[in-house]
Amino acid sequence: MRPREWLRSAMAAATVPVLAVVLGLVAGAAVMVISNSLSTGVTDVGLPLRAYGSLLAGSLSGLDEVVRTVSEATPLILAGLSVGIGFKAGLFNIGANGQFLMGALAAAGAGAAVSGWSPLLAIPAALGAGMLAGAAYGFIPGALKAWTGAHEVVTTIMLNFIAAALIAFLVTGPLATAGASFARTGDVGNAALPLIIGRPGGTGHLGILLAVVAVPLAYLLLFRSVLGFEMRTVGANPSAALYAGMRPARLIILTMALSGLLAGTAGAGQVLGISHSISASYSTSVGFDAITIALLGRSHPIGIFFSALLFGLMRAGSALMQIRERVPVEIIDVIQAVILLFLAADIIVRTVFRIRAPGSGVAEELETVTRTYGGAA
Amino acid sequence: MDVLYGIPIIGLFVQFVAYIVQIGPNIAPIMLAISVPLAFGALCGIMNERSGVVNIGIEGMMLMSAFFGFVAAGFAAGSVDFDTSGPFGVTPPILLGVAVAVGVAVLLSLLHAWLSITIRTDQIISGTIINIAALGLTGYLNRIFISPNPRLGAGTFQTWRPPDWLTDLPAVGWVFNMFLKQGPIAMSLIVFVIVVQVLLFRSRWGLRTRAVGEHPRAADTLGISVLALRYRNVILGGVFAGLAGAFLTLEQTGSFQNGMTAGRGFIALACVIFGRWTPIGAFGAALLFAGADAFGRTVGLIPPTGELAGLGEVLGAVPDQFYGVLPYVITIIVLAGAVGRSVPPAAVGRPYVKEGQET
Amino acid sequence: MEMNETGGRDHTVSAAPYPAKPAANATGGAPPVLEMRGVTKRYPGVLANDHIDLDLRAGEIHALLGENGAGKTTLMNILYGLVEPDEGEILLDGTEVQIRGPVDAIARGISMVHQHFMLVPVLSVSDNILLGEEPMSGPIFINRAGSRRRIRELGKNFGWEIDPDQRVESLSVGWQQRVEILKALYRNARIVVLDEPTAVLTPQETKEIFTVLGKLRAEGYAIIFITHKLYEVLEVADRITVIRRGRVVGTRKPSETDEDDLAELMVGRNVELTVDRGTSHPAEPVLVVDELHAKDDRRHETVRGISLSVRGGEILGIAGVAGNGQDELVQSLTGLRRPSSGRVTIAGKDVTNHAPQSLYRAGLAHVPADRQRHGLVLSFPLDDNMVLTNYSDPPFARAGGLLRDAAAIDRRADELIAEYDVRTPSREVVAATLSGGNQQKAIVAREFSGDLRVLVLDQPTRGLDVGSIEFIHRQIIAKRDEGVAILLVSAELDEVMELSDRIAVIYRGELVATVDGRSANREKIGLLMATGRASGSGTETQPEPVRP
Repeated sequence: MRPREWLRSAMAAATVPVLAVVLGLVAGAAVMVISNSLSTGVTDVGLPLRAYGSLLAGSLSGLDEVVRTVSEATPLILAGLSVGIGFKAGLFNIGANGQFLMGALAAAGAGAAVSGWSPLLAIPAALGAGMLAGAAYGFIPGALKAWTGAHEVVTTIMLNFIAAALIAFLVTGPLATAGASFARTGDVGNAALPLIIGRPGGTGHLGILLAVVAVPLAYLLLFRSVLGFEMRTVGANPSAALYAGMRPARLIILTMALSGLLAGTAGAGQVLGISHSISASYSTSVGFDAITIALLGRSHPIGIFFSALLFGLMRAGSALMQIRERVPVEIIDVIQAVILLFLAADIIVRTVFRIRAPGSGVAEELETVTRTYGGAA
Repeated sequence: MDVLYGIPIIGLFVQFVAYIVQIGPNIAPIMLAISVPLAFGALCGIMNERSGVVNIGIEGMMLMSAFFGFVAAGFAAGSVDFDTSGPFGVTPPILLGVAVAVGVAVLLSLLHAWLSITIRTDQIISGTIINIAALGLTGYLNRIFISPNPRLGAGTFQTWRPPDWLTDLPAVGWVFNMFLKQGPIAMSLIVFVIVVQVLLFRSRWGLRTRAVGEHPRAADTLGISVLALRYRNVILGGVFAGLAGAFLTLEQTGSFQNGMTAGRGFIALACVIFGRWTPIGAFGAALLFAGADAFGRTVGLIPPTGELAGLGEVLGAVPDQFYGVLPYVITIIVLAGAVGRSVPPAAVGRPYVKEGQET
Repeated sequence: MEMNETGGRDHTVSAAPYPAKPAANATGGAPPVLEMRGVTKRYPGVLANDHIDLDLRAGEIHALLGENGAGKTTLMNILYGLVEPDEGEILLDGTEVQIRGPVDAIARGISMVHQHFMLVPVLSVSDNILLGEEPMSGPIFINRAGSRRRIRELGKNFGWEIDPDQRVESLSVGWQQRVEILKALYRNARIVVLDEPTAVLTPQETKEIFTVLGKLRAEGYAIIFITHKLYEVLEVADRITVIRRGRVVGTRKPSETDEDDLAELMVGRNVELTVDRGTSHPAEPVLVVDELHAKDDRRHETVRGISLSVRGGEILGIAGVAGNGQDELVQSLTGLRRPSSGRVTIAGKDVTNHAPQSLYRAGLAHVPADRQRHGLVLSFPLDDNMVLTNYSDPPFARAGGLLRDAAAIDRRADELIAEYDVRTPSREVVAATLSGGNQQKAIVAREFSGDLRVLVLDQPTRGLDVGSIEFIHRQIIAKRDEGVAILLVSAELDEVMELSDRIAVIYRGELVATVDGRSANREKIGLLMATGRASGSGTETQPEPVRP
């Protein structure tokens, strides 16, 4: 396609997602005003403006804030790609949370073990451990689906709970560090990712680069490689894939493992780049954000990149919003759900903004996801 | 018996059986109580899937019902004093809470129905929206309404005490204990399971539901409104999800915690599959999950001792977290084993488009 | 949507299931039972029905003849209330009516036997029949005992021993159709519409259904019989209305017309009814199958010791009623199913259990039965679909098979589109937007190109218009003349008879006979398809599961 056509089709694809975000923010504002007036008895119409103002101040007002936004976006980019690649292959990975946790756990455990090595060796070892753990944890639901037909939507959710329990067990037991005031793993020491931007002690770690590199790689994989064509074919029409000589079972397993690898990388990056250890109650909501991000980005790596930046911005700024305006950070989750609703029911967006141009639904490739529910491959 | 207990491995198994027989009567009522939200969730799933709609939003519906039921009952109890209470410890605030819980789940079901039946959004995405919205909204509102009011709450339904002569009956007494030493929502479960089972296979509604879930076009050509029937079933299913949520906060615990459903909505879906889309089968599956859960909770409290000390050592060496994840592990095993052998309704997950309206 | 009143009605009428009208009424002076006037239905870009007039009398079989896509089904869906017309009126017994939906149609005595049976496979015969008109005992429960009796009685009128409790999925196609007819009679229909009822039947089953239609006609029912098979309408109809591109182009009596006349009306020009297949020059055997056994997904053995050989430059046709093991046979030959035993060779090389890619490299191409499910990825652009089976071969993949070469793919797509006359705005449009004929041409283009030795064709022209069928048949003959060994599997006996050099009949997973394609006798093949034997047998009296 020529550049101008490409731009036009990109803008057409972005219209509904952008408007869904706008409506999500409006709905978030309504929730703020209503819940505030119910709990305090005061109807404060200016609250949303001030809240969103401090959200922006907390995420964009200076270099520190921007670095925080980008580092918040980093795991979201990786996990968003994880979910997005799954969608392209007709798989719904709700288990990015669990894969993230396993990546974090393995990176924390391996990092503590190799903390004395030279960084040149320690970092690849710890990062690699996290990536492999994530991939292995994605492999499980992939293999269960390919071999037994167990649908990934349920198995990955179950694996999320199991991952949390595994962390609780290992961090209170075998991986616990001596002398800490609460149960946590040892510091990753030399396996910590170096800072590449921002002030010392900040969050501008090397993992940011990892996420930025992952975007073009994912694009190359999905749209330029033979493997990506096979994955997309399995996602669009598993029967045709079989007929064309592809091996859906193998592709399902491979895709889930790859998906897990990306989520595991996100987890490892968080531990090695920011927290340097994990506690027994370590948890995340990255996997759920990733679903919204993947849908908002239409499962396209470039779309996912920008969606993740948006969510990174909201996550980074929400702390200041809670401090200044007493709006709980959980409002971001509410906004996210509303965005998701408008994406799924894009008919609402089209009606509100009077969009007549025909457009494909956000989640076309998801048809396979539901079709395979209950085991009919 | 001692001889048997001494055999390696087999002896442990025999001890295990003996231990189950020993603690069984005691944990039976707990087991039923644990199964209640699972079985209600499964009933919701059956109502949906039998008519051809996938509902993975049961988890979120339960969570929202649990929250709003709790908050409504709590604020009602806080604003008016009730010192009288009826049987089961029924008070007007608790009843209000149950009504609100059911109402919230019905509203969410209506959303799910609209998204998946009318505008034909992918049904799994629709359910996911409900799950994510439930986590976010309850988390947000928890911060606003419950955190500043630590004493919020209206208490819970009381369990009934069946007469001793009934529960002391030899051999069958524990069964009465299991089913009757319960609160009202748990007891209603048994009724609902039987009623839905009978209606599904003997009534006109049941026949039409099964036809719509298997071959909606055939039903449509005979004048059955596929969309209306699906709407009705999804909404009725919401009632069950609401009761499951109400059970969690108004009968079992009397408090609300973020994410307290802890995957029960998904385990319920596994119960549906394992129970082959029949209410009685799903209830049996729910009891199996609940049994594993109850066992895990009991081992720490009443460990096997005396003759069974050998087993006690083994079980004691297993970390607590292992018992905690048993239901999740069993869910995965059930899904891996049952899928393919139990066949879902043929039209499940497929939106229905009337003839001539495809374009 | 509740129909509380229906429960009682069924039973009051059950004593006299048929209105006792003499057949003489067919030509009487009473107004037609049904009259459709100026019925018009537009879809975006298509005029499906263009001012159609049609009338139907009691005791008449009125055939509606037309090609696939001519508008017959749309018209009947309008009559049945499934589709709302844009213009026109419908009169029943001379009075104008609005038919608002199936309920309304059923209440007015109109019933429809759909081309694809509208039966719920997992439900019993009786549940399927009474669905929507359930006799009730009380407000909630169904009165199953009463309905069982009535269904048995209805069946007895045609000499059918019906078991109301049997699951429909275990019945043969012929028996399923009887259940469909009973559904209509159970609802006290006066007008029965049958949409392509013979499409899935053997000639013998077709004869039987014609006998049933005759019986219904004698009892005063008005019957609309939709088909695109010329000899059928001449055999059974009292009047024939031909529809082309949504318009009525003529109405004839069988005595005043013949196949050539009807064919010309139907397709609009003087068509050759058969493609000139010329002479074939078979060479050495290329595809050889030896004692092949295979099981279906439910682990029933459905291919039971098939041996065959197809020579280069020869077309071997497989005739048989759908569901006699054809699917599993084709899948076993094309690498989509692992045979349980037996041997398959291509040009002497053992390819048993080879994967599709490896078979492709051995020179085997496959046109699948279901173009939308298997042959194409509808949501992908046409260019991707044009290399669906060889996407991983050079020049379409480079860098050792890792990356795709978009330029090479585009070039190939353009070539094939031009060579096979695939009508499309560009190679970048999504395959779903093409018409059925062009979709199939795209598949044929893809599969017929390349270095071929064996071609497996499964229903290569199902549901296509005459023009596309002709085009594809010519391509098949051309491939035969190039020396390709062709295995043609088709449920259309006509197609098998027109193209094949030899015809093998498949029955319950075995090839029961092989006959010469040019001298084959339709009746004889039909009998083989239906019974597996070459000589006659008694009629079935018991519903019999299809599977052994």
